Amino acid sequence: MITIVLRGIFCKLHIVCCIKQVPDTTQVKIDPQTNTLIRTGVESICNPYDIVAVEAAVKLAEKNGGKVTVITMGPPQADSALRDCLAVGANEAILLSDRAFAGADTLATSYTLSQAVKKISATEQVDIVICGKQAIDGDTAQVGPGLATRLGFEQITYISEVISASKDKIRVKREVDGGSEIIETKYPVLMTVELELGLPRYASLPELVRSVRQEVKVWGAVDIGANIEQLGLKGSPTSVKEIFAPKTRTGGAVIDAQGNGVNQFLDTFFQKEPEVVKEIWGGGA
Amino acid sequence: MNETFDVAIVGAGPAGISAAITLANAGIKTVVVERGEYPGAKNMSGGVLYGHDLGQILPDFTKIPGFPIERNIIESRIWYLSKEAGISVGYRDSIFAGERKQNVFTVGRAKFDRWYADQARKKGALIVPATVVLDLIRENGRVTGVQTGRADGDIHAKVVLIADGVNSRLAVTAGFRPDVKPEHVALAVKEVIELAPEIIDQRFGVSDGNGVTTEILGAVAGGMDGVGVLYTNKASISLALGANLADFSKTKLKPYDLIETFKKHPMVAPLIAGGKSLEYTAHWLPEGGYDTMPKLYGDGYLIAGDSAMLFNAPHREGSNLAMLSGKMAADTIIEAMKTGDFSAKSLSAYNTKLSESKILQDMKKYRGFGGFLYDHKEIFETMPEIVQFGGRELLTVNAESKKTKQDKIIKKLRKDMGIPRFVRLMWSGFRAVK
Ligand SMILES: Cc1cc2nc3c(=O)[nH]c(=O)nc-3n(C[C@H](O)[C@H](O)[C@H](O)COP(=O)(O)OP(=O)(O)OC[C@H]3O[C@@H](n4cnc5c(N)ncnc54)[C@H](O)[C@@H]3O)c2cc1C
Repeated sequence: MITIVLRGIFCKLHIVCCIKQVPDTTQVKIDPQTNTLIRTGVESICNPYDIVAVEAAVKLAEKNGGKVTVITMGPPQADSALRDCLAVGANEAILLSDRAFAGADTLATSYTLSQAVKKISATEQVDIVICGKQAIDGDTAQVGPGLATRLGFEQITYISEVISASKDKIRVKREVDGGSEIIETKYPVLMTVELELGLPRYASLPELVRSVRQEVKVWGAVDIGANIEQLGLKGSPTSVKEIFAPKTRTGGAVIDAQGNGVNQFLDTFFQKEPEVVKEIWGGGA
Repeated sequence: MNETFDVAIVGAGPAGISAAITLANAGIKTVVVERGEYPGAKNMSGGVLYGHDLGQILPDFTKIPGFPIERNIIESRIWYLSKEAGISVGYRDSIFAGERKQNVFTVGRAKFDRWYADQARKKGALIVPATVVLDLIRENGRVTGVQTGRADGDIHAKVVLIADGVNSRLAVTAGFRPDVKPEHVALAVKEVIELAPEIIDQRFGVSDGNGVTTEILGAVAGGMDGVGVLYTNKASISLALGANLADFSKTKLKPYDLIETFKKHPMVAPLIAGGKSLEYTAHWLPEGGYDTMPKLYGDGYLIAGDSAMLFNAPHREGSNLAMLSGKMAADTIIEAMKTGDFSAKSLSAYNTKLSESKILQDMKKYRGFGGFLYDHKEIFETMPEIVQFGGRELLTVNAESKKTKQDKIIKKLRKDMGIPRFVRLMWSGFRAVK
């Protein structure tokens, strides 16, 4: 009750961004024996969609007053991805790191993140959670929606523009097949964002220095009060059956439409594909 | 920005970080600005480091968690190659696997530099990555800071250490150093080839994390003044080839073609067979030697490492000279902090330190070496041919007597080079390194 009243007076937004550290390439190698991604030797970066999410959050906080907290679940090295977010203007960073988290699929990941958001919310109520629409190393786009469901937040995916925001509601544009829609909703809300939302700023030197110096909190399974059974490999029902690279397609034939090309093409095509001929002309042709 | 520092260091390579560690140890407020995404991101080297010299900066380096050693070197080989053949000499000693372990060892620079910078950070130095220093700030003729490429990006400091590597634009722009002449630098390309550790152990006859380095001379760079190296890492081999930049522009040879040819050489091919190429990088090496060194200090600034052209080519010592010079620069600054005097006069103590150490003594000893190689292209073309001819003659068993073979070799030497020229070559070679 008290927090709600206070928020009414000060109109401050608390935004949490969930980010992920990913290998700096979409062409990661696959270990043929275990069918898992080989990440060693590949540089790690903050997932491009996520850094866009952070920039959007920082802009919202700058306009409306408020604070941005970034969280990530990952190994200790993920610290550097969090610092990239601090440089863009996030106020606080928390690393969820614990052996128990390792091997998580999207179900276990959204569980872990939801526990962390709940813990953050217990001291400073969270109004908005922003995630990138997907991670470039998995492309599942499941964690955001999973997290919204677990938190019981409204969810709006594929956001390309924030139109307006006030102390209790936000209006955004989202991309859908064949167009876009404009949606308005009350907080708390979880949004996943598209790259169109805007590139992250180039940090000033003082901001960068702050990002290097600032303390990053580290939380383990106990800190977020998680049920061990729902974490990491244990809590992950997904199993990868097979990983393969899609076959490269050979280019199609080019038909010379000026001369006799079309006729020639149709002749050879019908010769090669008698079933098609049958289908077009019926069995009796 | 508003905050000021005692020392601003440009470049988080071995020179800059060694200085940062030394300064931070003394409680001096230090910032290191590095243009790479992280320290080491832009750095490349064949990857040999020297335990004694690193120990001057971090005495217990082997005990620090994550110390990123690749292999401990127990054998040094030198090859002299012709196009299709080669001579190999090696020295292996059990002392380097025991009592003098880590005398020489290989590292991957991307990993090492990052770890090394972490040590500086833990001791309190501020490392600012992904930021380019564009210029030095000067007031009344003295350096008072650096200007970076970020908004609100000026950093003011009592003294600036320029440790930005061989292609030091800063020192050149400031007029502290002449622009690099092509004949004073080598262009080196490096390829890292992945192989299973067991295969490397087998091919080089080593075990227990030990390894071998090979320095390669002769016809390795299409007749240019060039050298090659082949170093063993944990699960890869570093292969590098460098040649004088002026030669590259004269011959129009492509570094990539050279390294491809090099990989097919009968001495090289079996060692890397079946390996997969992991990375390919290019970098300069300061080979001009003592006579191309700029003045290393002035009002409010010092220069260390490659930026100061400190490189001992025949012993491929660069990173250690960078470390030691970085440390000496830091020691000089620590003394100057006591009086608050950062004038050229006060900082000239740096030069004294360098002169009294092996750095300048070695630089002087080999001052003629670069010029000697550059001026004697026969070392890279004619001589390897003669060696190959000789080897084939001596080792092919046929009807000819050994005396006949010997005469043939001498005749070939006379014809292709001439005895006086050969003797002169040996003599100037000796003088260049004596
Ligand atoms: C192929 C090859 C093999 C080698 N093998 C060996 C070897 O086996 N053993 C050995 O001892 N040495 C070797 N060397 C030499 C060795 O790499 C160098 O001597 C050593 O790296 C010099 O250290 P440094 O700190 O002076 O410069 P660098 O290591 O070049 O570091 C300079 C740093 O400054 C940064 N920088 C530059 N300009 C700016 C700017 N304007 N703003 C911000 N940052 C900037 C760079 O990104 C870089 O990180 C080799 C070199 C090459 C090219």
